[in-house]
Amino acid sequence: MVDITKRFVDVVANDKVSFSLFPNEVCALLGENGAGKTTLMNILFGYYLCDSGEIRIYGRIVRLGSPKDAIAHGISMIHQHFTLVPSQSVLENAMIGVEGGFFLDKKKARKRLLEIEKQFGLDLDPDAMAFTLTIGQQQKLEILKALYREAKILIMDEPTAVLAPIETRELFATLRTLVDNGRSVVFISHKLNEVMEISDRILVLREGKNVAERKKSETRVQELASLMVGREILESLQCSDSAAGNTVLQLKNLRVRNSKGVVALDGFSLDLREREIVGIAGVSGNGQTELSELLFGIRRPEEGSIVLDGKEVPGGSPSAMIRAGMARIPEDRISTGVCMDLSVMDNMILVDHCREPFSKLGLINGREIRSWVLDRVRDFQVKTDGVDAPVKSLSGGNLQKVILARELAGQPKIIIACQPTRGLDVGAMEYVHQAILRQKERGAGILLISDDLDEVLLLCDRVIVIYEGRIMGELCSDGIDRERIGLWMSGVA
Amino acid sequence: MMADIFSASFITGLIGATLRMSTPIILATLGEIITERAGVLNLGIEGIMLFGAASGFLATLATGNLWFGILMAALSGVLLALLMSFLAVNLGLSQHVAGLGITIFASGLAMFIYRKAVGSPVVPPTVHPFSPLAIPFLSDIPFIGESFFKQYFLTYITWALIPLVSIFLFRTRFGLRIRTMGQNPFAADTVGVNVNRTRTICLAIGGALFGVAGAFLTLAHQNMFLIDVVGGRGWIAIAMTIFGNWNPLMGSLGGLMFGFLDALQLRLQSVGIHLPIHVFLMIPYLMTIVALVGVSRKATVPAGLLKPYRREEKGG
Ligand SMILES: Nc1ncnc2c1ncn2[C@@H]1O[C@H](COP(=O)(O)OP(=O)(O)OP(=O)(O)O)[C@@H](O)[C@H]1O
Ligand SMILES: [Mg+2]
Repeated sequence: MVDITKRFVDVVANDKVSFSLFPNEVCALLGENGAGKTTLMNILFGYYLCDSGEIRIYGRIVRLGSPKDAIAHGISMIHQHFTLVPSQSVLENAMIGVEGGFFLDKKKARKRLLEIEKQFGLDLDPDAMAFTLTIGQQQKLEILKALYREAKILIMDEPTAVLAPIETRELFATLRTLVDNGRSVVFISHKLNEVMEISDRILVLREGKNVAERKKSETRVQELASLMVGREILESLQCSDSAAGNTVLQLKNLRVRNSKGVVALDGFSLDLREREIVGIAGVSGNGQTELSELLFGIRRPEEGSIVLDGKEVPGGSPSAMIRAGMARIPEDRISTGVCMDLSVMDNMILVDHCREPFSKLGLINGREIRSWVLDRVRDFQVKTDGVDAPVKSLSGGNLQKVILARELAGQPKIIIACQPTRGLDVGAMEYVHQAILRQKERGAGILLISDDLDEVLLLCDRVIVIYEGRIMGELCSDGIDRERIGLWMSGVA
Repeated sequence: MMADIFSASFITGLIGATLRMSTPIILATLGEIITERAGVLNLGIEGIMLFGAASGFLATLATGNLWFGILMAALSGVLLALLMSFLAVNLGLSQHVAGLGITIFASGLAMFIYRKAVGSPVVPPTVHPFSPLAIPFLSDIPFIGESFFKQYFLTYITWALIPLVSIFLFRTRFGLRIRTMGQNPFAADTVGVNVNRTRTICLAIGGALFGVAGAFLTLAHQNMFLIDVVGGRGWIAIAMTIFGNWNPLMGSLGGLMFGFLDALQLRLQSVGIHLPIHVFLMIPYLMTIVALVGVSRKATVPAGLLKPYRREEKGG
């Protein structure tokens, strides 16, 4: 790709970017949130048309007008949000678009799928419905889909953001097999350690421009971080050591069932005090989601009680939680965090819209809201076309910043943060971590639910490890023993 | 009176009438299922049916050829569906607004061309309608032969269409593509399926079926055009689509049930039991509401329904 430029209404997402990819390599694409990585790859995938620039594949200039053209040239892209049809089987998901004849020949398709599965060591039941798959399996299916289309070039947009460490390792093994079999992979990630582990070459974008290209052997994590952000990143966090105060949140003996009726949390008890950060660590899918839903008031406990600030609150009432001073950062930002079609401003004011001075006598005061939102957008450095732009035009990381700006703006007593930095670049991550620590210093009690063990260890005063909905153990920050935590996470007491 | 109801002739008559009355509903339901499976709700159905009824009738009135009337009804259905497609697919307007707009527009237009063509005579003009086609031998089977195998040709076609549409949706590659874009148009696009073009094609197929369903009413069921000839059957088809869980077999079963109630109502009146017709018209809707309660729990509603698809809008 040479000199690619792409403009959205006001933003220049890509400004004369050049990018090349060689056979048998993994090339990582790095850059801050909104740097234009996804956009660039969408252009290569024919999903967006570039305003200027040219694309050459094996030396020949091609015009990629739609994903169809790209697929015909052996390019497949796995988007950040999977593109599967939940109500169809693995086989149907894989064969769509390249079915062959008029009638669906499932027998032939199955044979082919199983061959590919065997060749690349991806095992999935062709008849399983897509909605029954775990996130890791869904990703395997996406890779299978690409291979089924005979993809030579596989683009993966932040594939590891939603994976547990074990799943990431499996993915990397798969990617290695792919590369050894003559495929090339473009790998987008914000996790620099992963980038160093898997890629052969690294390309850094900043504000839509090329800034650097490095061989893996010639660079280090620190250099990449500063290339991305354009300044030094020093994730050594300062926090005045202050003793924790009164208990603000108490969970007693909770038992919760998930939507499938399976017990997801059992005998779960926890105390959270002022000026304290408690981390919940564990492989995802061990009850974290249900715990957060419970605390947000969107899921009722079957047994046990929730005591907020000394008062017992009924389960299943989001407004009771908000009134008690809880700020909530949900894990699934698209479906529960924001309304994709509403503007940045509307999304930011969602929680606070009915309190003074934003609302008087039941009427919304637009001017107050606008100036408040503008302040927040500036504080949190949200990259947007303006506060009236719909949030769906924001990049993944900026979407998260909108939520953080909304939830951390007030003076919450309790903060429930689920995967708060998923998909954020290192600079933004540092910012979020500092925002959380500031809230702690101010006196909030914070519950951090995160798959990212490094993050948990960095921020938390206490770490609780859960496995299959039960607490395996608890450690204080001065007695952290990674090995022990790892064992607990895999269910070994 | 009770004896009348349980007489053999009453029952065979009822079965025959059920199959007749359900024909337009099933045709329209099949059309709507194809359209909605691709992710477009076509509320223009009622208007398109009325327009098909008018254009089919007028074409036959002018030429005396019934099949020419059917052809014109199908064509006009396609044209109106293409208008719907332009508004709701290409321009991405709200499917509700576009569909209702088409219904209002097409109904007005139907009345207009009818008046233009025939003026306002005291006795409305009539055509010589389709006559039932007895299938040799089969129609001689005692008791059931008369009711099942002495039907309009269009009714036979309709019954043949039910499995054909099923096969089309579930066993062909176009069906897979249609179902995929109805669930997740983005997924369809990323595997190289042209979402908007396929949606347009589906709308056109649906429009043709709506048009023919309308013409069945003026060329077979009756022999003249009246402004209320469709009488809400389009809305019933929408209800049956939901009732049938977007499945051609189940949807047709719903259409059959509606046909039965419609036929029963007429027959009961003819033997002297007078119940307001509205009681019967109400039942399919009640049925649908009950079915919806069940359906809404299962996630089979095409997830992409009502959502216009455009690129360059997604975050991430
Ligand atoms: N469809 C769109 N309409 C308008 N602006 C867009 C659109 N898609 C992206 N942008 C803008 O283009 C810029 C680059 O976005 P892009 O999604 O490529 O960033 P990214 O590097 O993938 O970021 P992240 O790491 O957060 O995913 C951002 O400023 C974003 O707001
Ligand atoms: Mg991105």
